[in-house]
Amino acid sequence: MNLFADTWHMAQRHIRALIRQPWWIAVTLVQPIIWLVLFGGLFTSMEDTPGWPAGVTFHEFIIPGVIVMTAFFSAGWGGMGMIEDINRGIIDRFLVSPAIRSSIITGALLANFLTIAIQSLIVLGLGAIMGASYPGGPLGMLILIVISGIVGFGFGAFSYGLALIIRKEESLIAMMQFLLLPLTFLAAAFIPLTLAPDWIANVAKFNPVNWAIEAGRSALIDSSPDWNLILTRTGLLLVFGALMAAFATRAFRSYQRTV
Amino acid sequence: MTEVAIEVKDLSKKYGEGVQALDGISFEVETGTVFGLLGPNGAGKSTTVKILTTLSHPTSGTASIMGYDVLEHAAEVRRTIGVVAQSSTADREATARENLRLQGQLYRMKGRELEKRIDSLLDSFKLSGDGDRIVRGFSGGMERRLTVAMALVHNPRVLFLDEPTTGLDPEVRSEMWEEISALAADEGTTILLTTHYLEEADMLARNLAIVDQGRIVAEGTPDGLKKELKGDAIQVGLGETREQTEIETALREVNGVSEVILNERTLHARAEDGARSVPSILAALDSAGITADTVTVARPSLDDVYLKYAGRTMEQAEKKQTEEVAA
Ligand SMILES: Nc1ncnc2c1ncn2[C@@H]1O[C@H](COP(=O)(O)OP(=O)(O)OP(=O)(O)O)[C@@H](O)[C@H]1O
Ligand SMILES: [Mg+2]
Repeated sequence: MNLFADTWHMAQRHIRALIRQPWWIAVTLVQPIIWLVLFGGLFTSMEDTPGWPAGVTFHEFIIPGVIVMTAFFSAGWGGMGMIEDINRGIIDRFLVSPAIRSSIITGALLANFLTIAIQSLIVLGLGAIMGASYPGGPLGMLILIVISGIVGFGFGAFSYGLALIIRKEESLIAMMQFLLLPLTFLAAAFIPLTLAPDWIANVAKFNPVNWAIEAGRSALIDSSPDWNLILTRTGLLLVFGALMAAFATRAFRSYQRTV
Repeated sequence: MTEVAIEVKDLSKKYGEGVQALDGISFEVETGTVFGLLGPNGAGKSTTVKILTTLSHPTSGTASIMGYDVLEHAAEVRRTIGVVAQSSTADREATARENLRLQGQLYRMKGRELEKRIDSLLDSFKLSGDGDRIVRGFSGGMERRLTVAMALVHNPRVLFLDEPTTGLDPEVRSEMWEEISALAADEGTTILLTTHYLEEADMLARNLAIVDQGRIVAEGTPDGLKKELKGDAIQVGLGETREQTEIETALREVNGVSEVILNERTLHARAEDGARSVPSILAALDSAGITADTVTVARPSLDDVYLKYAGRTMEQAEKKQTEEVAA
Protein backbone atom coordinates (compact mmCIF):
# COMPACT_ATOMS: atom_id res chain seq x y z
CA MET A 1 0.00 0.00 0.00
CA ASN A 2 2.77 2.39 0.93
CA LEU A 3 4.39 1.75 -2.43
CA PHE A 4 1.26 2.95 -4.23
CA ALA A 5 0.88 6.00 -2.02
CA ASP A 6 4.53 6.98 -2.35
CA THR A 7 4.49 6.37 -6.10
CA TRP A 8 1.49 8.64 -6.46
CA HIS A 9 3.03 11.39 -4.31
CA MET A 10 6.29 11.25 -6.24
CA ALA A 11 4.41 11.26 -9.56
CA GLN A 12 2.47 14.36 -8.53
CA ARG A 13 5.71 16.23 -8.06
CA HIS A 14 6.82 15.46 -11.62
CA ILE A 15 3.45 16.20 -13.17
CA ARG A 16 3.21 19.56 -11.41
CA ALA A 17 6.67 20.52 -12.57
CA LEU A 18 5.76 19.68 -16.17
CA ILE A 19 2.48 21.55 -16.13
CA ARG A 20 4.30 24.62 -14.88
CA GLN A 21 6.62 24.72 -17.88
CA PRO A 22 4.75 26.58 -20.61
CA TRP A 23 7.40 25.81 -23.24
CA TRP A 24 7.11 22.12 -22.49
CA ILE A 25 3.37 22.21 -23.10
CA ALA A 26 3.95 24.15 -26.31
CA VAL A 27 6.55 21.69 -27.59
CA THR A 28 4.35 18.74 -26.67
CA LEU A 29 1.54 20.13 -28.74
CA VAL A 30 3.57 21.48 -31.62
CA GLN A 31 5.75 18.44 -32.19
CA PRO A 32 3.02 15.99 -33.24
CA ILE A 33 1.40 18.73 -35.32
CA ILE A 34 4.66 19.13 -37.18
CA TRP A 35 4.97 15.39 -37.70
CA LEU A 36 1.46 15.09 -38.99
CA VAL A 37 1.20 18.27 -41.05
CA LEU A 38 4.70 18.36 -42.45
CA PHE A 39 5.31 14.68 -43.05
CA GLY A 40 1.71 14.17 -44.03
CA GLY A 41 1.96 16.95 -46.61
CA LEU A 42 5.34 15.87 -47.93
CA PHE A 43 4.76 12.19 -48.29
CA THR A 44 1.11 11.64 -49.15
CA SER A 45 2.29 10.48 -52.57
CA MET A 46 3.65 7.41 -50.74
CA GLU A 47 0.09 6.13 -50.77
CA ASP A 48 0.49 5.43 -54.51
CA THR A 49 3.64 3.35 -54.07
CA PRO A 50 3.18 -0.32 -54.95
CA GLY A 51 3.15 -2.33 -51.73
CA TRP A 52 1.44 0.41 -49.67
CA PRO A 53 -1.33 -1.10 -47.48
CA ALA A 54 -4.60 -0.80 -49.33
CA GLY A 55 -7.17 1.73 -48.16
CA VAL A 56 -4.87 3.35 -45.59
CA THR A 57 -4.05 7.07 -45.83
CA PHE A 58 -0.55 8.25 -45.07
CA HIS A 59 -1.84 10.03 -41.93
CA GLU A 60 -3.55 6.93 -40.67
CA PHE A 61 -0.41 4.97 -41.27
CA ILE A 62 1.96 7.28 -39.37
CA ILE A 63 -0.30 8.16 -36.40
CA PRO A 64 0.60 5.03 -34.37
CA GLY A 65 4.28 5.64 -35.23
CA VAL A 66 4.08 9.26 -34.09
CA ILE A 67 2.42 8.22 -30.83
CA VAL A 68 4.94 5.49 -30.03
CA MET A 69 7.85 7.78 -30.95
CA THR A 70 6.56 10.60 -28.80
CA ALA A 71 6.34 8.16 -25.88
CA PHE A 72 9.74 6.73 -26.61
CA PHE A 73 11.45 10.13 -26.87
CA SER A 74 9.92 11.67 -23.78
CA ALA A 75 10.74 8.54 -21.76
CA GLY A 76 14.26 8.40 -23.16
CA TRP A 77 15.01 11.89 -21.90
CA GLY A 78 13.56 11.16 -18.44
CA GLY A 79 17.03 10.52 -17.05
CA MET A 80 17.86 14.20 -17.41
CA GLY A 81 15.42 15.06 -14.63
CA MET A 82 16.90 12.26 -12.53
CA ILE A 83 20.40 13.70 -12.87
CA GLU A 84 19.11 17.08 -11.83
CA ASP A 85 17.42 15.53 -8.78
CA ILE A 86 20.64 13.71 -7.86
CA ASN A 87 22.72 16.85 -8.17
CA ARG A 88 20.26 18.86 -6.13
CA GLY A 89 20.34 16.28 -3.32
CA ILE A 90 16.62 15.57 -3.73
CA ILE A 91 17.17 11.84 -4.26
CA ASP A 92 19.31 11.70 -1.12
CA ARG A 93 16.57 13.51 0.79
CA PHE A 94 14.10 10.80 -0.28
CA LEU A 95 16.58 8.07 0.64
CA VAL A 96 16.88 9.22 4.25
CA SER A 97 13.09 9.33 4.61
CA PRO A 98 10.89 6.27 5.25
CA ALA A 99 9.56 6.45 1.66
CA ILE A 100 9.68 3.14 -0.21
CA ARG A 101 12.85 3.46 -2.28
CA SER A 102 11.53 2.11 -5.54
CA SER A 103 8.83 4.79 -5.51
CA ILE A 104 11.51 7.26 -6.63
CA ILE A 105 11.58 5.41 -9.94
CA THR A 106 8.00 4.15 -10.11
CA GLY A 107 6.73 7.67 -9.37
CA ALA A 108 8.69 9.10 -12.27
CA LEU A 109 7.48 6.27 -14.52
CA LEU A 110 3.86 6.83 -13.54
CA ALA A 111 4.14 10.54 -14.31
CA ASN A 112 5.68 9.56 -17.60
CA PHE A 113 2.85 7.16 -18.38
CA LEU A 114 0.20 9.79 -17.69
CA THR A 115 1.89 12.35 -19.95
CA ILE A 116 2.23 9.71 -22.66
CA ALA A 117 -1.48 8.94 -22.43
CA ILE A 118 -2.37 12.62 -22.76
CA GLN A 119 0.04 13.14 -25.64
CA SER A 120 -1.39 10.10 -27.39
CA LEU A 121 -4.93 11.42 -27.07
CA ILE A 122 -3.80 14.77 -28.49
CA VAL A 123 -2.24 13.08 -31.52
CA LEU A 124 -5.31 10.89 -32.03
CA GLY A 125 -7.52 13.97 -31.86
CA LEU A 126 -5.35 15.91 -34.30
CA GLY A 127 -5.35 12.96 -36.66
CA ALA A 128 -9.13 12.75 -36.55
CA ILE A 129 -9.38 16.48 -37.31
CA MET A 130 -7.17 15.86 -40.32
CA GLY A 131 -9.51 13.22 -41.55
CA ALA A 132 -7.96 9.99 -40.26
CA SER A 133 -10.38 7.25 -39.29
CA TYR A 134 -9.69 4.57 -36.70
CA PRO A 135 -11.40 1.30 -37.54
CA GLY A 136 -10.04 -0.22 -34.30
CA GLY A 137 -12.31 2.13 -32.33
CA PRO A 138 -11.91 2.94 -28.61
CA LEU A 139 -10.45 -0.50 -27.90
CA GLY A 140 -7.80 0.01 -30.57
CA MET A 141 -6.95 3.43 -29.13
CA LEU A 142 -6.70 2.00 -25.64
CA ILE A 143 -4.39 -0.79 -26.82
CA LEU A 144 -2.19 1.70 -28.65
CA ILE A 145 -1.97 3.91 -25.55
CA VAL A 146 -1.18 0.99 -23.25
CA ILE A 147 1.51 -0.23 -25.64
CA SER A 148 3.03 3.26 -25.79
CA GLY A 149 2.93 3.28 -22.01
CA ILE A 150 4.92 0.05 -21.88
CA VAL A 151 7.46 1.49 -24.33
CA GLY A 152 7.67 4.58 -22.10
CA PHE A 153 8.11 2.37 -19.04
CA GLY A 154 10.95 0.35 -20.60
CA PHE A 155 12.87 3.24 -22.07
CA GLY A 156 12.14 5.43 -19.04
CA ALA A 157 13.60 2.80 -16.72
CA PHE A 158 16.57 2.47 -19.04
CA SER A 159 17.13 6.21 -19.04
CA TYR A 160 16.86 6.46 -15.22
CA GLY A 161 19.27 3.56 -14.86
CA LEU A 162 21.80 5.21 -17.15
CA ALA A 163 21.36 8.51 -15.31
CA LEU A 164 22.09 6.83 -11.97
CA ILE A 165 25.23 5.26 -13.37
CA ILE A 166 26.77 8.02 -15.46
CA ARG A 167 25.35 11.03 -13.61
CA LYS A 168 26.55 13.54 -16.19
CA GLU A 169 24.06 15.37 -18.37
CA GLU A 170 26.41 15.56 -21.37
CA SER A 171 27.16 11.83 -21.32
CA LEU A 172 23.49 10.97 -21.04
CA ILE A 173 22.62 13.24 -23.97
CA ALA A 174 25.32 11.59 -26.06
CA MET A 175 24.21 8.06 -25.16
CA MET A 176 20.54 8.74 -25.77
CA GLN A 177 21.16 10.41 -29.09
CA PHE A 178 23.25 7.45 -30.08
CA LEU A 179 20.24 5.22 -29.34
CA LEU A 180 17.11 7.22 -30.06
CA LEU A 181 17.67 8.02 -33.72
CA PRO A 182 18.67 4.54 -34.96
CA LEU A 183 15.84 2.93 -33.01
CA THR A 184 13.44 5.35 -34.66
CA PHE A 185 14.65 4.78 -38.18
CA LEU A 186 15.01 1.04 -37.81
CA ALA A 187 11.26 0.79 -37.33
CA ALA A 188 8.17 1.00 -39.45
CA ALA A 189 7.26 4.47 -38.26
CA PHE A 190 6.78 6.16 -41.63
CA ILE A 191 6.78 3.43 -44.23
CA PRO A 192 5.82 -0.23 -44.19
CA LEU A 193 8.87 -2.43 -43.69
CA THR A 194 7.93 -4.23 -46.89
CA LEU A 195 9.09 -1.07 -48.68
CA ALA A 196 12.32 -0.84 -46.67
CA PRO A 197 15.62 -2.55 -47.53
CA ASP A 198 15.83 -6.12 -46.29
CA TRP A 199 18.48 -5.46 -43.70
CA ILE A 200 16.35 -2.78 -42.05
CA ALA A 201 13.37 -5.12 -41.98
CA ASN A 202 15.56 -7.76 -40.35
CA VAL A 203 17.06 -5.48 -37.72
CA ALA A 204 13.62 -4.06 -36.94
CA LYS A 205 12.52 -7.50 -35.75
CA PHE A 206 14.67 -6.94 -32.66
CA ASN A 207 13.63 -3.34 -32.09
CA PRO A 208 11.13 -2.80 -29.22
CA VAL A 209 10.04 0.46 -30.83
CA ASN A 210 9.06 -1.47 -33.92
CA TRP A 211 7.20 -4.11 -31.90
CA ALA A 212 5.12 -1.33 -30.40
CA ILE A 213 4.46 0.48 -33.66
CA GLU A 214 3.37 -2.66 -35.52
CA ALA A 215 1.13 -3.90 -32.73
CA GLY A 216 -0.35 -0.47 -32.06
CA ARG A 217 -0.98 0.14 -35.74
CA SER A 218 -2.75 -3.14 -36.20
CA ALA A 219 -4.98 -2.41 -33.21
CA LEU A 220 -5.82 1.09 -34.40
CA ILE A 221 -6.21 0.98 -38.15
CA ASP A 222 -6.81 -2.62 -39.21
CA SER A 223 -10.46 -3.39 -39.61
CA SER A 224 -9.67 -6.89 -38.41
CA PRO A 225 -6.70 -6.51 -36.03
CA ASP A 226 -3.98 -9.16 -36.09
CA TRP A 227 -4.42 -10.37 -32.50
CA ASN A 228 -1.59 -12.81 -32.77
CA LEU A 229 0.79 -9.98 -33.65
CA ILE A 230 -0.64 -7.66 -30.98
CA LEU A 231 -0.34 -10.23 -28.19
CA THR A 232 3.14 -11.50 -29.02
CA ARG A 233 4.54 -7.99 -29.44
CA THR A 234 2.92 -6.84 -26.21
CA GLY A 235 4.41 -9.87 -24.47
CA LEU A 236 7.85 -9.07 -25.84
CA LEU A 237 7.48 -5.45 -24.73
CA LEU A 238 6.57 -6.58 -21.23
CA VAL A 239 9.69 -8.72 -21.08
CA PHE A 240 11.72 -5.76 -22.31
CA GLY A 241 10.11 -3.52 -19.66
CA ALA A 242 10.87 -6.03 -16.91
CA LEU A 243 14.51 -6.28 -17.97
CA MET A 244 14.86 -2.51 -17.96
CA ALA A 245 13.20 -2.28 -14.54
CA ALA A 246 15.73 -4.81 -13.22
CA PHE A 247 18.52 -2.73 -14.75
CA ALA A 248 17.23 0.46 -13.11
CA THR A 249 17.00 -1.28 -9.74
CA ARG A 250 20.58 -2.46 -9.99
CA ALA A 251 21.72 0.98 -11.06
CA PHE A 252 20.01 2.37 -8.00
CA ARG A 253 21.98 0.05 -5.73
CA SER A 254 25.21 0.95 -7.42
CA TYR A 255 24.37 4.64 -6.95
CA GLN A 256 23.89 4.09 -3.23
CA ARG A 257 27.30 2.50 -2.92
CA THR A 258 28.97 5.67 -4.19
CA VAL A 259 27.20 8.12 -1.88
CA MET B 1 14.66 5.57 28.13
CA THR B 2 18.02 5.92 26.47
CA GLU B 3 20.30 8.60 27.71
CA VAL B 4 22.49 8.40 24.66
CA ALA B 5 20.75 9.52 21.48
CA ILE B 6 23.64 9.04 19.07
CA GLU B 7 26.38 6.51 19.58
CA VAL B 8 29.29 6.24 17.17
CA LYS B 9 32.00 3.60 17.53
CA ASP B 10 35.16 3.41 15.46
CA LEU B 11 33.52 4.56 12.28
CA SER B 12 35.64 4.39 9.13
CA LYS B 13 34.74 5.13 5.55
CA LYS B 14 36.87 4.63 2.51
CA TYR B 15 35.72 5.88 -0.88
CA GLY B 16 37.02 3.75 -3.72
CA GLU B 17 40.66 2.84 -3.34
CA GLY B 18 42.18 6.15 -2.38
CA VAL B 19 40.14 8.39 -0.11
CA GLN B 20 39.99 7.62 3.61
CA ALA B 21 37.16 10.03 4.45
CA LEU B 22 36.77 8.73 8.02
CA ASP B 23 39.50 7.05 9.96
CA GLY B 24 37.99 5.60 13.14
CA ILE B 25 35.86 8.20 14.86
CA SER B 26 33.87 7.63 18.05
CA PHE B 27 31.59 9.90 20.04
CA GLU B 28 28.32 9.98 21.93
CA VAL B 29 25.57 12.55 21.99
CA GLU B 30 23.32 12.86 25.02
CA THR B 31 19.57 13.00 24.43
CA GLY B 32 18.23 16.54 24.14
CA THR B 33 21.57 18.26 23.60
CA VAL B 34 23.26 19.96 20.69
CA PHE B 35 26.49 18.34 19.56
CA GLY B 36 28.85 20.11 17.21
CA LEU B 37 31.19 18.52 14.68
CA LEU B 38 33.72 21.15 13.84
CA GLY B 39 36.26 20.92 11.07
CA PRO B 40 37.62 22.36 7.84
CA ASN B 41 36.63 21.34 4.28
CA GLY B 42 37.12 17.67 3.64
CA ALA B 43 37.45 16.76 7.32
CA GLY B 44 34.74 14.13 7.05
CA LYS B 45 31.77 15.95 8.58
CA SER B 46 29.30 15.26 5.77
CA THR B 47 30.51 11.68 5.50
CA THR B 48 29.70 11.20 9.19
CA VAL B 49 26.24 12.68 8.71
CA LYS B 50 25.58 10.52 5.65
CA ILE B 51 26.44 7.35 7.57
CA LEU B 52 24.41 8.32 10.63
CA THR B 53 21.40 9.10 8.44
CA THR B 54 21.58 5.69 6.65
CA LEU B 55 22.48 7.23 3.30
CA SER B 56 25.98 5.84 3.13
CA HIS B 57 27.40 2.62 4.54
CA PRO B 58 30.51 2.63 6.74
CA THR B 59 33.54 0.57 5.74
CA SER B 60 33.84 -0.49 9.37
CA GLY B 61 32.56 0.48 12.79
CA THR B 62 29.04 0.89 14.13
CA ALA B 63 26.60 3.67 14.84
CA SER B 64 23.17 3.85 16.39
CA ILE B 65 20.45 6.43 16.76
CA MET B 66 18.13 6.12 19.78
CA GLY B 67 19.39 2.58 20.15
CA TYR B 68 18.69 1.61 16.52
CA ASP B 69 21.69 0.44 14.56
CA VAL B 70 22.00 2.46 11.35
CA LEU B 71 22.65 -0.63 9.25
CA GLU B 72 20.40 -3.22 10.86
CA HIS B 73 17.47 -1.00 11.73
CA ALA B 74 17.71 1.59 9.00
CA ALA B 75 13.92 1.85 8.69
CA GLU B 76 13.48 2.77 12.36
CA VAL B 77 16.38 5.20 12.15
CA ARG B 78 14.78 6.94 9.17
CA ARG B 79 11.51 7.41 11.03
CA THR B 80 13.36 8.86 14.00
CA ILE B 81 15.56 11.42 12.30
CA GLY B 82 15.28 14.65 10.35
CA VAL B 83 18.04 15.66 7.98
CA VAL B 84 19.11 19.01 6.64
CA ALA B 85 21.79 18.37 4.03
CA GLN B 86 24.67 20.69 3.32
CA SER B 87 23.07 22.16 0.19
CA SER B 88 19.43 23.05 -0.19
CA THR B 89 17.38 20.04 -1.25
CA ALA B 90 14.03 21.72 -1.74
CA ASP B 91 12.30 21.18 -5.07
CA ARG B 92 12.70 24.54 -6.78
CA GLU B 93 9.83 23.99 -9.20
CA ALA B 94 7.33 23.49 -6.38
CA THR B 95 5.90 25.89 -3.82
CA ALA B 96 7.02 25.91 -0.19
CA ARG B 97 3.75 24.33 0.84
CA GLU B 98 4.03 21.57 -1.78
CA ASN B 99 7.54 20.81 -0.64
CA LEU B 100 6.42 20.53 2.96
CA ARG B 101 3.38 18.47 1.99
CA LEU B 102 5.35 15.89 0.01
CA GLN B 103 7.86 15.64 2.83
CA GLY B 104 5.03 15.02 5.31
CA GLN B 105 3.41 12.47 3.03
CA LEU B 106 6.64 10.51 2.81
CA TYR B 107 6.54 10.32 6.61
CA ARG B 108 2.97 8.98 6.38
CA MET B 109 1.28 12.15 7.56
CA LYS B 110 -1.91 13.27 5.88
CA GLY B 111 -5.06 15.33 5.88
CA ARG B 112 -5.80 18.11 8.30
CA GLU B 113 -3.09 17.10 10.72
CA LEU B 114 -0.49 17.56 7.98
CA GLU B 115 -1.93 20.86 6.75
CA LYS B 116 -1.98 22.22 10.30
CA ARG B 117 1.62 21.18 10.81
CA ILE B 118 2.58 22.88 7.53
CA ASP B 119 0.87 26.11 8.58
CA SER B 120 2.63 26.16 11.91
CA LEU B 121 6.02 25.46 10.34
CA LEU B 122 5.56 28.17 7.70
CA ASP B 123 4.67 30.45 10.54
CA SER B 124 7.60 29.66 12.81
CA PHE B 125 10.07 29.89 9.93
CA LYS B 126 8.67 33.25 8.84
CA LEU B 127 7.40 31.92 5.53
CA SER B 128 3.66 32.22 6.08
CA GLY B 129 3.34 34.87 3.39
CA ASP B 130 5.36 32.79 0.93
CA GLY B 131 3.81 29.35 1.31
CA ASP B 132 2.26 29.36 -2.15
CA ARG B 133 5.23 30.85 -3.98
CA ILE B 134 7.52 28.73 -6.18
CA VAL B 135 10.80 28.12 -4.36
CA ARG B 136 12.85 29.22 -7.39
CA GLY B 137 12.12 32.83 -6.49
CA PHE B 138 13.24 32.48 -2.86
CA SER B 139 16.32 34.15 -1.39
CA GLY B 140 19.09 31.93 -0.05
CA GLY B 141 17.96 32.52 3.51
CA MET B 142 14.33 31.68 2.77
CA GLU B 143 15.29 28.50 0.97
CA ARG B 144 17.47 27.43 3.88
CA ARG B 145 14.67 28.10 6.37
CA LEU B 146 12.33 26.04 4.19
CA THR B 147 14.85 23.18 4.09
CA VAL B 148 15.03 23.16 7.88
CA ALA B 149 11.24 23.34 8.15
CA MET B 150 10.99 20.35 5.80
CA ALA B 151 13.29 18.31 8.00
CA LEU B 152 11.03 19.05 10.96
CA VAL B 153 7.65 18.16 9.44
CA HIS B 154 7.39 14.88 11.32
CA ASN B 155 8.76 16.16 14.63
CA PRO B 156 11.95 14.10 14.53
CA ARG B 157 13.55 13.23 17.83
CA VAL B 158 17.02 13.56 16.36
CA LEU B 159 17.95 16.26 13.88
CA PHE B 160 21.04 16.40 11.68
CA LEU B 161 22.12 19.78 10.40
CA ASP B 162 25.01 19.74 7.94
CA GLU B 163 26.43 23.26 7.90
CA PRO B 164 23.08 24.94 8.43
CA THR B 165 24.39 28.48 8.14
CA THR B 166 27.09 28.27 5.48
CA GLY B 167 26.56 30.96 2.88
CA LEU B 168 24.01 32.89 4.94
CA ASP B 169 24.53 36.54 5.75
CA PRO B 170 25.22 37.34 9.40
CA GLU B 171 21.72 38.51 10.23
CA VAL B 172 20.03 35.42 8.82
CA ARG B 173 22.66 33.30 10.51
CA SER B 174 21.87 34.60 13.95
CA GLU B 175 18.16 34.02 13.33
CA MET B 176 18.97 30.43 12.42
CA TRP B 177 20.96 30.10 15.63
CA GLU B 178 17.93 31.18 17.62
CA GLU B 179 15.78 28.60 15.85
CA ILE B 180 18.27 25.85 16.58
CA SER B 181 18.68 26.74 20.23
CA ALA B 182 14.93 26.95 20.65
CA LEU B 183 14.45 23.50 19.11
CA ALA B 184 16.83 21.89 21.53
CA ALA B 185 15.52 23.82 24.54
CA ASP B 186 11.76 23.66 23.92
CA GLU B 187 11.22 20.43 22.04
CA GLY B 188 14.00 18.37 23.57
CA THR B 189 15.26 17.52 20.10
CA THR B 190 18.73 16.03 19.96
CA ILE B 191 20.76 17.91 17.38
CA LEU B 192 23.97 17.02 15.63
CA LEU B 193 25.32 19.98 13.78
CA THR B 194 28.40 20.31 11.62
CA THR B 195 30.07 23.61 11.02
CA HIS B 196 33.14 25.46 9.84
CA TYR B 197 32.38 28.33 12.12
CA LEU B 198 34.04 28.19 15.48
CA GLU B 199 31.72 30.80 16.90
CA GLU B 200 28.74 28.73 15.79
CA ALA B 201 29.91 25.63 17.64
CA ASP B 202 30.80 27.80 20.60
CA MET B 203 27.38 29.40 20.61
CA LEU B 204 25.15 26.36 20.07
CA ALA B 205 26.86 23.15 21.08
CA ARG B 206 26.88 21.68 24.56
CA ASN B 207 29.64 19.32 23.46
CA LEU B 208 31.78 19.30 20.42
CA ALA B 209 34.34 17.28 18.58
CA ILE B 210 36.98 18.72 16.33
CA VAL B 211 37.46 16.60 13.22
CA ASP B 212 40.52 16.76 11.04
CA GLN B 213 41.30 14.42 8.16
CA GLY B 214 38.77 11.83 9.27
CA ARG B 215 39.86 11.76 12.90
CA ILE B 216 38.61 13.40 16.05
CA VAL B 217 41.47 15.46 17.37
CA ALA B 218 39.77 16.98 20.39
CA GLU B 219 36.47 16.59 22.20
CA GLY B 220 34.72 18.32 25.09
CA THR B 221 32.64 21.35 25.97
CA PRO B 222 33.58 24.58 24.20
CA ASP B 223 34.63 26.12 27.51
CA GLY B 224 36.51 23.05 28.62
CA LEU B 225 38.44 22.95 25.38
CA LYS B 226 39.28 26.60 25.68
CA LYS B 227 40.36 26.16 29.28
CA GLU B 228 42.82 23.50 28.25
CA LEU B 229 44.64 26.28 26.52
CA LYS B 230 45.99 28.08 29.51
CA GLY B 231 46.50 31.76 29.08
CA ASP B 232 46.05 34.07 26.14
CA ALA B 233 46.63 33.66 22.45
CA ILE B 234 49.26 35.95 21.01
CA GLN B 235 49.68 36.55 17.31
CA VAL B 236 52.60 38.41 15.85
CA GLY B 237 52.63 39.33 12.18
CA LEU B 238 56.23 39.09 10.96
CA GLY B 239 57.84 41.41 8.46
CA GLU B 240 59.28 38.52 6.48
CA THR B 241 59.06 34.76 6.09
CA ARG B 242 61.02 32.80 8.68
CA GLU B 243 61.65 29.21 9.71
CA GLN B 244 59.89 27.61 12.67
CA THR B 245 63.26 26.76 14.24
CA GLU B 246 64.50 30.33 14.09
CA ILE B 247 61.44 31.54 15.93
CA GLU B 248 61.71 28.81 18.54
CA THR B 249 65.33 29.66 19.19
CA ALA B 250 64.55 33.35 19.49
CA LEU B 251 61.77 32.83 22.02
CA ARG B 252 63.38 30.03 24.02
CA GLU B 253 64.47 32.37 26.80
CA VAL B 254 61.17 34.25 27.15
CA ASN B 255 59.34 33.25 30.34
CA GLY B 256 55.78 31.98 30.35
CA VAL B 257 55.49 31.56 26.58
CA SER B 258 54.62 28.20 25.10
CA GLU B 259 53.14 26.47 22.05
CA VAL B 260 54.99 28.59 19.56
CA ILE B 261 53.74 27.79 16.06
CA LEU B 262 54.65 29.61 12.89
CA ASN B 263 51.99 29.79 10.24
CA GLU B 264 53.37 31.37 7.13
CA ARG B 265 54.14 34.88 8.35
CA THR B 266 52.10 34.74 11.50
CA LEU B 267 53.55 33.59 14.78
CA HIS B 268 51.09 32.03 17.22
CA ALA B 269 52.05 31.62 20.84
CA ARG B 270 50.42 31.10 24.20
CA ALA B 271 51.25 33.15 27.26
CA GLU B 272 49.94 32.97 30.81
CA ASP B 273 49.57 36.71 30.87
CA GLY B 274 49.44 37.95 27.32
CA ALA B 275 49.67 41.68 27.79
CA ARG B 276 52.69 41.33 30.03
CA SER B 277 54.58 38.96 27.72
CA VAL B 278 54.29 41.08 24.62
CA PRO B 279 57.21 43.44 25.38
CA SER B 280 59.59 40.55 26.10
CA ILE B 281 58.47 38.65 23.01
CA LEU B 282 59.05 41.69 20.84
CA ALA B 283 62.41 42.33 22.45
CA ALA B 284 63.50 38.72 21.90
CA LEU B 285 62.43 38.82 18.25
CA ASP B 286 64.18 42.14 17.77
CA SER B 287 67.48 40.87 19.16
CA ALA B 288 67.25 37.87 16.80
CA GLY B 289 66.87 40.30 13.92
CA ILE B 290 63.23 39.37 13.23
CA THR B 291 60.91 42.29 12.53
CA ALA B 292 57.39 42.30 13.90
CA ASP B 293 54.68 44.29 12.12
CA THR B 294 51.55 43.63 14.13
CA VAL B 295 50.68 42.15 17.49
CA THR B 296 47.33 40.95 18.84
CA VAL B 297 46.48 39.41 22.18
CA ALA B 298 43.21 37.54 22.61
CA ARG B 299 41.43 35.23 24.99
CA PRO B 300 41.68 31.70 23.57
CA SER B 301 39.06 30.87 20.94
CA LEU B 302 38.09 27.57 19.41
CA ASP B 303 40.30 28.51 16.51
CA ASP B 304 43.22 28.23 18.89
CA VAL B 305 41.95 24.86 20.04
CA TYR B 306 41.91 23.73 16.44
CA LEU B 307 45.39 25.10 15.90
CA LYS B 308 46.71 23.29 18.92
CA TYR B 309 45.29 19.88 17.99
CA ALA B 310 45.50 19.94 14.23
CA GLY B 311 48.78 21.83 14.05
CA ARG B 312 47.40 24.34 11.57
CA THR B 313 44.70 26.96 11.42
CA MET B 314 41.30 26.17 9.98
CA GLU B 315 42.00 28.66 7.24
CA GLN B 316 45.17 26.87 6.23
CA ALA B 317 43.52 23.48 6.28
CA GLU B 318 40.81 24.79 3.97
CA LYS B 319 43.30 26.27 1.59
CA LYS B 320 45.19 23.03 1.42
CA GLN B 321 41.97 21.12 0.69
CA THR B 322 41.04 23.56 -2.07
CA GLU B 323 44.44 23.12 -3.65
CA GLU B 324 44.19 19.34 -3.45
CA VAL B 325 40.80 19.40 -5.07
CA ALA B 326 42.06 21.68 -7.81
CA ALA B 327 45.11 19.47 -8.44
N1 LIG C 1 30.90 10.39 -2.67
C1 LIG C 1 32.22 10.53 -2.51
N2 LIG C 1 33.09 9.86 -3.30
C2 LIG C 1 34.42 9.98 -3.14
N3 LIG C 1 35.01 10.75 -2.21
C3 LIG C 1 34.22 11.45 -1.38
C4 LIG C 1 32.78 11.39 -1.49
N4 LIG C 1 32.26 12.20 -0.53
C5 LIG C 1 33.30 12.74 0.13
N5 LIG C 1 34.49 12.31 -0.37
C6 LIG C 1 35.83 12.67 0.14
O1 LIG C 1 35.89 12.36 1.51
C7 LIG C 1 36.54 13.36 2.26
C8 LIG C 1 35.63 13.89 3.33
O2 LIG C 1 34.56 14.57 2.72
P1 LIG C 1 33.34 15.22 3.52
O3 LIG C 1 32.37 15.66 2.49
O4 LIG C 1 32.87 14.29 4.56
O5 LIG C 1 34.02 16.49 4.19
P2 LIG C 1 33.35 17.69 5.00
O6 LIG C 1 33.99 17.72 6.32
O7 LIG C 1 31.88 17.56 4.98
O8 LIG C 1 33.81 18.93 4.14
P3 LIG C 1 33.03 20.27 3.76
O9 LIG C 1 33.25 21.20 4.88
O10 LIG C 1 33.71 20.73 2.51
O11 LIG C 1 31.60 19.94 3.54
C9 LIG C 1 36.98 14.40 1.24
O12 LIG C 1 38.31 14.15 0.90
C10 LIG C 1 36.07 14.17 0.08
O13 LIG C 1 36.70 14.54 -1.13
MG1 LIG D 1 30.38 18.67 4.18
